[in-house]
Amino acid sequence: MATLKTEPNIPAPDDFYERLIATHHGLSDRESALVNAKLVLLLANHIGDPGVLAQALSAAREGVGSAPQGEGR
Amino acid sequence: MKTYTNPVYPYARPPELDAPGGRRPVVVVGAGPVGLAAAIDLGQRGIPVVVLDEDDTVSVGSRAICYAKRALEILDRLGCGQRVVDKGIGWNVGKVFFRDELVYRFDLLPEPGHGRPAFVNLQQYWFEQYLVERAQEHDEVELRWKNKVVGVAPRADGVDVRVATPDGEYALASDWLIVCDGSKSPVRRMLGLETEGQVFRDRFLIADIHMTSDFPTERWFWFDPPFHPNQSALLHRQADDVWRIDFQLGWDADPEEERKPERILPRLRAMLGDKADFEIEWASVYTFQCRRMQRFRHGRVVFAGDAAHVVSPFGARGANSGIQDTDNLVWKLELVMGGRAPDRLLDSYDAERTRAADENILNSTRSTDFITPKSSMSGTFRDAVLSLAKNYAFARRLVNSGRLSVPAILADSPLNTPDRDPDFARGPGAMIPGAPAADAPVAGPRGDWLLSYVGGGFTLLGFDAPVGPFGVASLARDRIPCRVVQVGGRPTAGATLLEDMQGLAVQRYDAWPGTVYLLRPDQHVCARWREFDLSCVRAAIVRATCND
Repeated sequence: MATLKTEPNIPAPDDFYERLIATHHGLSDRESALVNAKLVLLLANHIGDPGVLAQALSAAREGVGSAPQGEGR
Repeated sequence: MKTYTNPVYPYARPPELDAPGGRRPVVVVGAGPVGLAAAIDLGQRGIPVVVLDEDDTVSVGSRAICYAKRALEILDRLGCGQRVVDKGIGWNVGKVFFRDELVYRFDLLPEPGHGRPAFVNLQQYWFEQYLVERAQEHDEVELRWKNKVVGVAPRADGVDVRVATPDGEYALASDWLIVCDGSKSPVRRMLGLETEGQVFRDRFLIADIHMTSDFPTERWFWFDPPFHPNQSALLHRQADDVWRIDFQLGWDADPEEERKPERILPRLRAMLGDKADFEIEWASVYTFQCRRMQRFRHGRVVFAGDAAHVVSPFGARGANSGIQDTDNLVWKLELVMGGRAPDRLLDSYDAERTRAADENILNSTRSTDFITPKSSMSGTFRDAVLSLAKNYAFARRLVNSGRLSVPAILADSPLNTPDRDPDFARGPGAMIPGAPAADAPVAGPRGDWLLSYVGGGFTLLGFDAPVGPFGVASLARDRIPCRVVQVGGRPTAGATLLEDMQGLAVQRYDAWPGTVYLLRPDQHVCARWREFDLSCVRAAIVRATCND
């Protein structure tokens, strides 16, 4: 099974980060949330692998709030 | 209503009111689509059945309107599919709109060569009326209107029911009780049995309008349309120029207020425009649940349809799954009642249909999560999917306005004989053990569709004369007989010969010359081989009837 890459993989991290923030420039929180959601969906489809996606979802959730309820499918 | 007048079926004073009656083999509670399907199936098998219904007419209002291909195929076996199809509105295409744009279009039956369309829309009252009329053709079926079950006492070898009528109460003893009395199932409550699952916090207005319109015969679903902001809406055609309209209202809507014409009319005007000429036929406000009983069989009491499991309406998985319940149940009951299979065959009804119910509940729950997002982020993702769907194919697959009813594949049923030959196709749509038999155009002695030749009893479907006259005769004489239907090849004495006019039967069954499929009485595949062997077929029938 493929494993979520967590070693550095983005060639120019500062360039990417600047673009990520710039993508949200001038947007309300609500609009930004929509952009983020679209971004997640686009990237998730690009990855495709359900195992990698599951690892990314749980890594993102780690340490935030209490553990998600049930439905780990 | 302008387009339909509910029939009134005559109440007749039951003889048990005057003298104790004999014990009945089967009593069915509820003359809805599911109870009637059960009764017709029993009647066709020559089993006397009494159907008790508290009312004396069919459904008031259109209620369940989408009947799926599998349900139509079952009705064909019950001898009333054609009327439903002739009166109903066939459709295969659905469109989903987000705000004022079309974002997604689906075709549920993209390939030709099937006897029945993906769906037929027909008001439940018509559907029930046709089933009542079909049931009345069987002497074995006795429909008792205005007969309300008020007490149930299960025994080890039967069930006693108390029935209230306009002339008083009487007792009715039966060997078996099939409970099809709907989602609120009074019989389930009398027995103290629960359902488990979720209730959803949302309300929907459902309205039937009579309107002459040139809207296409397609399922149209809107998310956040300009005429009904922040909510969803659905438009769907039924017979007689009646249209189903469904408006999501939100949990805070007042059901009593929303039912009033002065509240409904402005919503319809906003949707259909000022020029549309329409009349409201029926309206209701509903909430929904996704729940099921833990077990559908409790000794001699067997539950089917909404009494056993309920889902949201998105996906048309209510009546369609209820009809599959009875399709699964009745042949098993016949064998058990006749002493040709052990009682535990009926436990497989529970195993197979609770699993099917879980699949329906899962799909239905996922649809409601999309249609009724439960958090603002869930709503954001929903909008993100819809806004991507217009330009990106991947996002269209995520749009969920209801995953429409497909037949249950009983892949892990203990009644199946696992494949011995490794080279059979196993991908999506393959005729694996557990799958419902695929239809195909054929030429034969009666009718042009493969499915009309299989089912009722066990059927061995062979390709290119694999079964000789000895095999055909042996299987026909067994205690649980199996008839042979042969696709292509030279005629074999005793077998029905079909010609595969377009080669689609061979293709859909991944068949070679010699391939045989064993089909259950409910048309599900239960075994398949690359060559015929009488002892293998007999062993598979033994297994499929729990006689092992």
